[in-house]
Amino acid sequence: MQPPARPGFHRPTLIIGVGLFALAAVTWFDARSMTIRANYGMGADAASYFVAAFLAALGAGHLIAAMRPGIRAGDTDWAGVGWVMLALVGLIGSIWAGAGFIIGSTLLFAFTARSFGRRALPADLLIGLALSTLIFLLFNKLLQLALPMGPLERLF
Amino acid sequence: MDALTHLFQGFGAAILPVNLLFAGIGVLLGTAVGVLPGIGPALTVALLLPVTFQLDPGGSLIMFAGIYYGGMYGGSTTAILLNTPGEAASVVTALEGNRMARSGRGGPALATAALGSFVAALIATAGLAFLAPWLVKVAVRFGPWDYFGLMLIAFVTVSATFGSSPLRGLTSLALGLWLGLIGIDQLTGQTRLTFGVPNLFDGIEVTTLAVGLFAIGEALYVVSRHAFAPEKPIPIKGSVWMTRADWGRSWKPWLRGAAIGFPIGALPAGGAEIPTFLSYTAERKLSRHPEEFGQGAIEGVAGPEAANNASAAGSLVPLLTLGLPTSATAAVMLAGFQQYNIQPGPLLFVQHADLVWALIASLFIANVMLLVLNLPLVGLWVQLLRIPMPWLYAGILVFATMGTIAANPSVVELLLLSGFGVVGFIMRRYDYPVAPVIVGLILGPMADSQLRRALQMSLGDPMVLFQHPGSAIMIVIAVLALLAPFLFRGLARLRKEED
Repeated sequence: MQPPARPGFHRPTLIIGVGLFALAAVTWFDARSMTIRANYGMGADAASYFVAAFLAALGAGHLIAAMRPGIRAGDTDWAGVGWVMLALVGLIGSIWAGAGFIIGSTLLFAFTARSFGRRALPADLLIGLALSTLIFLLFNKLLQLALPMGPLERLF
Repeated sequence: MDALTHLFQGFGAAILPVNLLFAGIGVLLGTAVGVLPGIGPALTVALLLPVTFQLDPGGSLIMFAGIYYGGMYGGSTTAILLNTPGEAASVVTALEGNRMARSGRGGPALATAALGSFVAALIATAGLAFLAPWLVKVAVRFGPWDYFGLMLIAFVTVSATFGSSPLRGLTSLALGLWLGLIGIDQLTGQTRLTFGVPNLFDGIEVTTLAVGLFAIGEALYVVSRHAFAPEKPIPIKGSVWMTRADWGRSWKPWLRGAAIGFPIGALPAGGAEIPTFLSYTAERKLSRHPEEFGQGAIEGVAGPEAANNASAAGSLVPLLTLGLPTSATAAVMLAGFQQYNIQPGPLLFVQHADLVWALIASLFIANVMLLVLNLPLVGLWVQLLRIPMPWLYAGILVFATMGTIAANPSVVELLLLSGFGVVGFIMRRYDYPVAPVIVGLILGPMADSQLRRALQMSLGDPMVLFQHPGSAIMIVIAVLALLAPFLFRGLARLRKEED
């Protein structure tokens, strides 16, 4: 079942290792730019330096681990992942544009359902609209949570 | 008996009708959300935090107690019927329980899990009530160095000691510590890693991180897989009730599971999965039917499920008495406490004694409510598993983001949430544990400030950590625990066999 191990590096581990080094570098430079000093003992930068060193050590560990065969992620439905991302973009875009909670959540609902293979976008939009309106009424009126207002929310 | 008097007073507060109502709502919501696939107790608590925003602290803490225990009961139902354990601690339950369900014994599997959880939670909550006052007396004498030592132990055991790979576990912890740096430093006012974004000044919210990693990460992971391996719940066939033989084979594993789970949960050692694995191994060794293990042995559900609940209740001991969360769920609970400016720790028992004891009493009440809810009504909860996957996950995402929007309606917060979702997806995909990230985020800044407080008191001399026997011993334990994975290779091998 396992394909023969390819020579060379295990790519995901390698990439994560490089990412850890990058994170360590960002943390290091951020710590160097700190100006407030403590009177005794450690300042606020000490923890940053420690975490940067820790991240770099783990990055090195990943580079070593990448030489051995690692976890092979199975088949992946990237289109599905893309639809969920689009669903989140729909929500964030709606909030950013001031279209409100209901429209944003409706898009989120319909696109997420689409990502799991549903092909009935209009129906899902309606279900999402009903669900998010219900949530809005429940939480905004009953529990007095401040959900973002848009044109639809002002109708209530 | 100091504890008994306090406990009776706690019960007095907890049985007020309004508090019973809160506990009941918590139990219902917790079970309903916990039963959904891929949602473990930590996410259940994180998702339902916004519901408690507007309540008074007492009521909402009591509701928490119900949500917490309810989420655990619900999680075992999913593990048995769907074989998608919502968290590492349910993996073992899924192992035997799902086999039982497949061979038409889903009813007894659910019953032994529910009864085992009840017995274990009862014992562990009693343990909490009697251990907590004693531990508080010890904890008030703790200096910052002692807290720092304790946190080191928690870091190491959560991430490295009991996971399948110390490298991946420590990487998760480092990510959590890194996220913990973000924001304004409490002691000096220095900003760290905020890159001039005002929304980051207050740091990363634990609930945003937990919901992003668990809910959005899980949705991304499931959608990436589900076209290739769709999961269907197994209908419960036959009787829900356990036979005489089932009872005979279950009661000892319950007690043993509770005995294994509570001490491990109560030590600041983290890792809810370790007691379940220990209990599973113990039951397999002690069983008169070892050949049934792997085919659906009831002992293999009863023991680990009891161990799981006992250790989860046990983890409330360090949370309440020391303010030290040792699991993802405890970390989210701590965030819930802080929402009301209640800081768990020894002082909590002095300043808010009535609140703590009402909470502990409510745990008992929630436990009884859950037993009543779960045994006869389990068929009802199972209906929730019939919601088609597209709507189920669409609904989960709407609720997950709603919580974040309600707490902090900003685009930056939602971008963070989505970013954590992508990170959670990558972590699931390459088998990085998620709990150390959350524990790292919440404990990292605490360890930082305890260490600096210790160094301020010693005028900068780091030897202060070794001059106090408590902290010296704890630092030694932490170092040993870091080295232990290499001694625990046997455990890793056991895991491989079961995967």
